[in-house]
Amino acid sequence: MNDDMTRRSFLKTGSLVLAATAIAGPSGLFNASPVEGASGIPFKPHAFLEIGTYETVTVWVGQTDLGQGTHTGLCMVIADELDAAWETVQVKMALAAEPFKDPLWHAQLTGGSSSFRNRWDLLRTVGAAARQMLVEAAAEQWGIPGTDCVAREGKVFHPDGSSLTYGQLAEAAGKRPVPENPSLKKPKDYQIMGTDRKRLDIPDKVMGKTVYGIDFAMPGMCIAVVARPPRYGARPASHDAKAAMAVTGVVQVVPLEDRIAVCAETTYAAIQGRNALDIKWSDGSSPDLNDETIAAFFKKQLDQPGAVAEESGDAEKALTEAARTLEQSYTLPYLSHAQVEPINCTAHVEKERCRIWMPTQGQTATQETASRLTGLSPEKVEVMTLPAGGGFGLRGEQDAVEDAVLLAKTLDRPVKVIWTREDDFANDRFRPASHSRIRAGLDKDGRVIAWSHKVAAPSVMSRVMPQAVQNGIDPDAVAGIGDMPYSLPNLQVNYVMIDLPVPVGWWRSVGYSCNVFAVESFIDELAHAAGKDPVSFRLEHMEKDSRPYTVLTRLAEKGRWGSPIASGRARGVAVVSCFESVVAHMAEVSVGEKGRITVHRMVCVVDCGTAIYPDAIRAQAEAGVVMGLSTAFHERVRFANGGVKTTNYDGYPVLTISEVPEIEVHIVENPIKAGGIGEPVFPSVTPAVANAVFQATGVRLRDLPFQKDLLLKG
Amino acid sequence: MLTLTVNGMKKEVDVDPGTPLLWVLRDNLGITSVKYTCGIAECGMCTVLIGGEARRSCAIAAGDVQGSAITTIEGLADDHPVKVAWIEQQVPQCGYCQPGIMLQTVDFLSRVPSPSEAQIGEAMDNVICRCGSHPRMKKAIAQAAVLTASQGG
Ligand code: FES
Ligand code: FES
Repeated sequence: MNDDMTRRSFLKTGSLVLAATAIAGPSGLFNASPVEGASGIPFKPHAFLEIGTYETVTVWVGQTDLGQGTHTGLCMVIADELDAAWETVQVKMALAAEPFKDPLWHAQLTGGSSSFRNRWDLLRTVGAAARQMLVEAAAEQWGIPGTDCVAREGKVFHPDGSSLTYGQLAEAAGKRPVPENPSLKKPKDYQIMGTDRKRLDIPDKVMGKTVYGIDFAMPGMCIAVVARPPRYGARPASHDAKAAMAVTGVVQVVPLEDRIAVCAETTYAAIQGRNALDIKWSDGSSPDLNDETIAAFFKKQLDQPGAVAEESGDAEKALTEAARTLEQSYTLPYLSHAQVEPINCTAHVEKERCRIWMPTQGQTATQETASRLTGLSPEKVEVMTLPAGGGFGLRGEQDAVEDAVLLAKTLDRPVKVIWTREDDFANDRFRPASHSRIRAGLDKDGRVIAWSHKVAAPSVMSRVMPQAVQNGIDPDAVAGIGDMPYSLPNLQVNYVMIDLPVPVGWWRSVGYSCNVFAVESFIDELAHAAGKDPVSFRLEHMEKDSRPYTVLTRLAEKGRWGSPIASGRARGVAVVSCFESVVAHMAEVSVGEKGRITVHRMVCVVDCGTAIYPDAIRAQAEAGVVMGLSTAFHERVRFANGGVKTTNYDGYPVLTISEVPEIEVHIVENPIKAGGIGEPVFPSVTPAVANAVFQATGVRLRDLPFQKDLLLKG
Repeated sequence: MLTLTVNGMKKEVDVDPGTPLLWVLRDNLGITSVKYTCGIAECGMCTVLIGGEARRSCAIAAGDVQGSAITTIEGLADDHPVKVAWIEQQVPQCGYCQPGIMLQTVDFLSRVPSPSEAQIGEAMDNVICRCGSHPRMKKAIAQAAVLTASQGG
C-alpha cells in the first residue's frame, strides 16, 4: 500500500473524535467505560492523541501490550514528533474502534510484530501534525510566521526566547485544520526515540496494581469454568448436574454443545462444581492419537511429494550435477504458549450492547465473535482490552469469548470465564510440530548450488485465514526457507500439509520458529562438509553488505568468533531475517559428562531498523534467548488417548533462572523504518546452540527438544 | 467465619476453612495481586509471606493460617528495596509473575542478605517467568540486597 495514501486517509478518519472518554482503571491503562460525546479535552488532533489544558499529553493506543513495552514505545514515537515533554505523556488503552485497526491488515490485532512497522509513518505523522498545529497557533498569537518558532519539550518558543506551553496553546490549536503532510523529523533530530525511558506500565506492575483480565470484577458478575472435551471430538455422554449444584456457591450448570459450564459466585466454587460433574465423555474422533502415532504419521507424510511452494532454478537437476550432496532431517514438536495468565474473558450482554473485558490480542475478531452470538452489530460490541499476562499469539483466539457471551446471555448477568491451567494446556492452539528433510548440493569449490527442502507440518492459516492458503500451500508453514538470508541459485520448497485433530495456532515468530532451526542447522552442516568456517561460509552465500551480512559480521566481532576459548567450550552461530528485522545469535556452550549441555554465553545482534526504544529491544532480545533455550532443552507437548496428555507446568517445564546464561545484546544502528522485535529475536537461538554443541562434541542435534542420550553415545 | 490478618488488617470471611488461601484472597478479599497460574505449587505466582516466609497460597488452606501475618505485595512499602530495584532494573515484561517472585525475594534476602549469583539461582529456580525477565531479575535481586544493606536492614 502507498504509505502516503495510508497516512492521509488515516489522518482524515482518525481526526474524528472517538466517542469514548477515559475513566482510568487502577492502572491508568484502560478505558473502563464508554461515554457518548467528547470529554472536554480541547485538542484531539487524532484518535491517538489528546492534549489538555493542564499539560497532559494522552496517547490512546489500540495495540495490546503483552509485556513488550509496546505502549511506551508507541508513546515515544508520537511524543518525539510532537516534541512533547516526556513527563507529561500518559498512555491509555482505547476501546476497540476503527481508527485503531492495522493500516495494512484492516483489523485491530496485535501480532506479527506489527505494532510499529505497520504504523511507522502514521504514528509519526500524528505527532508531527499536532506539533505543526501548536506551532501555528503560537505564531498566530504572536503575529509572526510559524517558521520563526521552535517547538521543544512541550513548549513553542518565540525567537526572543519567550514561550507558550502546549497546554496554553491547546484550545487555539484545536481550532486549526489538521495539516495533510506535516514534515517529519530526520533521524538525527530524534529526542525521545533511541533513548531509554522508563516503561510507563512498570510501576503499577511492581506495586501489584495492574488489573489483568483474570482480575477483572464488576457488580453482579459470576465466574464460570467450563468442562471441555478431554479428547479431540469427544462429547459429554452423561453428567451429574445435581452434584455440581450441591457445591456451595454454584449458581447454574449450563451444557453448551460439546462442553458443560459451571457458573458460581467464586472461582473456587466453580472449579469444585466442575469436579463434581462426574462427566462421562465419548471416545472422541481419534482415540488412537498419541505421541507415537503422531510421530509415525509425520514420518509417513514426509515421504509424500507435497506441493511445490517455491521454485527458483532447477534444484533437482543441480543436485545431479553437484560434486557432493548431503541430506538431513529435522524435527520440532508441538509447543504450548504456556503464557502465565490463563485464558479468560468477561462478557455482559444487554439489549442494546455487549461489553467484553479481556486481555485480547484480536479486538476485531472479538467484536465479530460477540456480534455473531448476540445478533448485535460489531460496533455495538464494546471491547475493553485489559493488560495481559503474556500472549505469544494465543490471545487472538476467541474460544473464551464465545463461552462468556453465551453464558452471559443465558444467565442474564455478567460472566467471567476462566480457564484453569489444565484447561489452558488441554485447549491450547499449539505451535505446529514440523518435520523437514533437506537435500543440498555443493560444487567442487564448496558453494551451495542446490537446496531442496520439504516440510511436513499442520497449517495454521487453513483455520484462521483460509483464503491465504492457495494450492495447498500455507505460506506460514514454509516461512524462513525461500526467504532465507542466502542467495542460492537452485532452490525448491515442497510442503506436505499435515491433517491431524490437534489444533494449531500462531506462536512467537510463527513459521520461522520451526524452519529456521532446520535451515540454520543444515547450512552449518554444509559448511562443515565444505571444510569451511561456519561464519565465512554463510557470508560467502549472502549478498555483500546486505543487512544479514552486516549483522552476522557484527556478531562475529562482538562474539569474538574465532578467538581462543576456554577449554571444553565451543561456539555456534545462526542468523534470521524476518518481520523486517535481522537477528543473529552466537552461543558459547560446553557439554558435561552426562551429556548435560551448559550454555555459558549468548550474544545477540539485532538490526530492527530505527531502534525506537533500545531498552525494550534489549529486554525482548533477552526474552528471546530465554524462550529459545527453553524450547531447546525442555518444551514438548505430549499426547495420549486421543487428547493432550500434558496437564500443567510439572509436565511442561520451562527454563528457570539457573539455566539462563550471560546474555549480551548489541543493536545495529540503521535509521530506516522500524522493523519487528518480539518475533525476530526467537528463531535463531536453537540452531546457534545446536551448532555450538556440534563444535564441542561432533554430534549434531537435529531434533527439538535436544536429546541428551545422543551426546552420551557421541 | 475465618479471621485472616492481611497486610496488618484483620479480615473476616465466610468460607469453608479448606478453601485455598489463593482464592480467598482473590475472590473474597479482592486482593488480585496474588496470581493464579498453576494451582499446584509449581510456579510461585501465588506466593505470599506468612510470618515472613514465602509460601504458595494455592497450596495452603485458608483455615490453617488464621492468626498468622499474611503479607501480599501491597504490604511492602512503595520504597521497599525490592520494589525500588525492580523498577530501577525494569524487570517486568507482562508483569504477571512479578509480585510472587518479589515476595519470594524478600524472604530469600532476609535469610541470605548478600547472595552470590549461584545462591540466587538456587533460591529462585522454582519460579516461572514465561516472558524471560530472568536476566533482569538477577540484577534486581543483587541490587535489592545492596539497597537493603545500605539501609542498615
Ligand atoms: S498458582 Fe500457586 S504456585 Fe502456581
Ligand atoms: S514477566 Fe511475564 S511471566 Fe514474568
